[in-house]
Amino acid sequence: MPLASYQTSVPVVVDDAKCIADKGCTVCVDVCPLDVLRISDMTGKAFMAYDECWYCMPCEADCPTGAVTVNIPYLLR
Amino acid sequence: MAMDEIVDGLSEVSCDVLVIGGGTAGPMAALKAKLKNPKANVVLLEKANVKRSGAISMGMDGLNNAVIPGYATPEQYTKEITIANDGIVDQKAVYKYAERCYGIIEELDSFGIRFLKNENGDYAVKKVHHIGTYVLPMPNGETVKKAIYRQLRRARILISNRYMATRLLTGSDGRIAGAISVNTRTAEVLVIKAKAVILCMGAAGRLGLPTSGYMFGTYENAANSGDGYAMAYHAGAALANLECFQINPLIKDYNGPACAYVAGPFGAFTANNEGSRFIECDYWSGQMMLEFYNELQSGKGPVFLKLDHLHEDTISEIETTLHKVERPTRGLFHEGRKTDYRQEPIEMHISEIGFCSGHSASGVFVDEFARTTVPGLYAAGDMASVPHNYMLGAFTNGSVAGEDAMEYADNTDFASFDAADIERERERVMAPTRREDGIPPNQIEYKARRLVNDYLQPPKVTRKFELGQRRLAEVREDMETRMIARNAHELLRALETQSIVDCADMAAHASLYRTESRWGLYHLRTDYPEKDDENWFCHSLLSKKDGRMASEKRAVEPYIVPIGEDEKDLYDKQRIRASA
Repeated sequence: MPLASYQTSVPVVVDDAKCIADKGCTVCVDVCPLDVLRISDMTGKAFMAYDECWYCMPCEADCPTGAVTVNIPYLLR
Repeated sequence: MAMDEIVDGLSEVSCDVLVIGGGTAGPMAALKAKLKNPKANVVLLEKANVKRSGAISMGMDGLNNAVIPGYATPEQYTKEITIANDGIVDQKAVYKYAERCYGIIEELDSFGIRFLKNENGDYAVKKVHHIGTYVLPMPNGETVKKAIYRQLRRARILISNRYMATRLLTGSDGRIAGAISVNTRTAEVLVIKAKAVILCMGAAGRLGLPTSGYMFGTYENAANSGDGYAMAYHAGAALANLECFQINPLIKDYNGPACAYVAGPFGAFTANNEGSRFIECDYWSGQMMLEFYNELQSGKGPVFLKLDHLHEDTISEIETTLHKVERPTRGLFHEGRKTDYRQEPIEMHISEIGFCSGHSASGVFVDEFARTTVPGLYAAGDMASVPHNYMLGAFTNGSVAGEDAMEYADNTDFASFDAADIERERERVMAPTRREDGIPPNQIEYKARRLVNDYLQPPKVTRKFELGQRRLAEVREDMETRMIARNAHELLRALETQSIVDCADMAAHASLYRTESRWGLYHLRTDYPEKDDENWFCHSLLSKKDGRMASEKRAVEPYIVPIGEDEKDLYDKQRIRASA
């Protein structure tokens, strides 16, 4: 069966100007219990690669530069 | 190489004690095992990252079941939990917890975790339960994971993050031999041989589908997909009273605790649409949940957490705790909804179903040493059968497990197992990555969990359960023959889906076996509406026998704390009586 991609607005937002993943930081990717954050090959910045969020906050709380914001997923907002 | 790209690799390590799950019970088990024998190798394996994994990822607002001298006694606590569980309790394990938990509180205190004290310097314990006083707030509860992590580093515990255990290895003599795991970012397989294994893998919290429709918007940490329950089952361990589901009263849609334990002692309460109390006691029991359910079904719903009658200072204090610890996005949720505790009551709802002994009693069967029915295999925390044990129970029983497992490991050698087991498991794990075409794990998971909601949610109807089993068998067939994973992350979800379907099957099987109603809403069977002590005053144990699911009865151990005839139904009287 062919697969289609499915659009979804992701709850975790990263401010590229503040994110220092391109300098080697991986804190948010490291701490996420659901392992949904990745570093983009294109921009070198962190982003939410999988919309599988428990809106639990370690990524935001542990980010050394305050670049990460956790929003409530749209479906339960 | 990009993260998530699949690597075909296999490595093997060995240790004395392997702890699987680095949430709450696991770190304490690993720490206690290592302190018992500092020369031994202790490995702590974690699917996520021990720093921020598990139910207390962002900390905890307080202890729900602290047995503190001067406020409560182990006898009283054991009695309360026995009654709250309709009598189906092996009291030795509960009593042992009750005796030991104060020592653990003092130990946590020495790790830098603060507990609320009054002006005399005594612990400021609050009353939420029906009978006793056991709730102790934690003013710096957000630091609990960090404090434990420091201890693990100091004790030089070997931590392996991002490895998901998939199956246990057992020896030809039936003893535990280790576990097989897979890296969640590369799909490389790691075999860990161990003399003793402690399962601390949390609740089966991704079983029902939340009403929001968001698959990961569960009450429990969504990483807790019931892997421990599934692994224990496949290793031949018995699982106790799985039909005693976990169902919780939560903030609607947000799906976090309301939380009566925090707000209740300050005067907040659960109210119906008329603003009136309808339950005597906000402590989470099946009987309380039944009244909650009845109120929702009646014309008097919805149900609310009512705080708007409280003083501004009180509300601010509650808000500070609730919005800082455990589920700190709660403030953001209320902001988005424009709901303010000061202005209006907060709408509540019933959670999806799950297994979790932390709140109910469904868990891998363990005795007072945290031993399962498989020699050398232990379980602690939300997935082990000691009822209502919450965070402090996870720490305390984790500690019991760690010490006993190390003693066991010190007196035994590695069990020998069939090397073919590894190859078989590797093939099973990797199967979704070998298919060119098929169904992605998220669809299989969604369908399984939707069926859980449609057919397995209480009230439990036999005919619905039978239909549910048929539908779930179809999903299982798809899962085993057609599921695909295109990268390591999808493989992680595919493996979790297998745990979820295993748990759904166990939930159905266990529920059909117990032909009575018990534990309020948790096991309310419409075809057998009465409690039947004559035939069912016993545990039900589910296990894998000759490759199939089987259930049997097991007698409740004789009580060490007697329960009076006039006491045993105290939790049945949850509904506020209309005064004449």
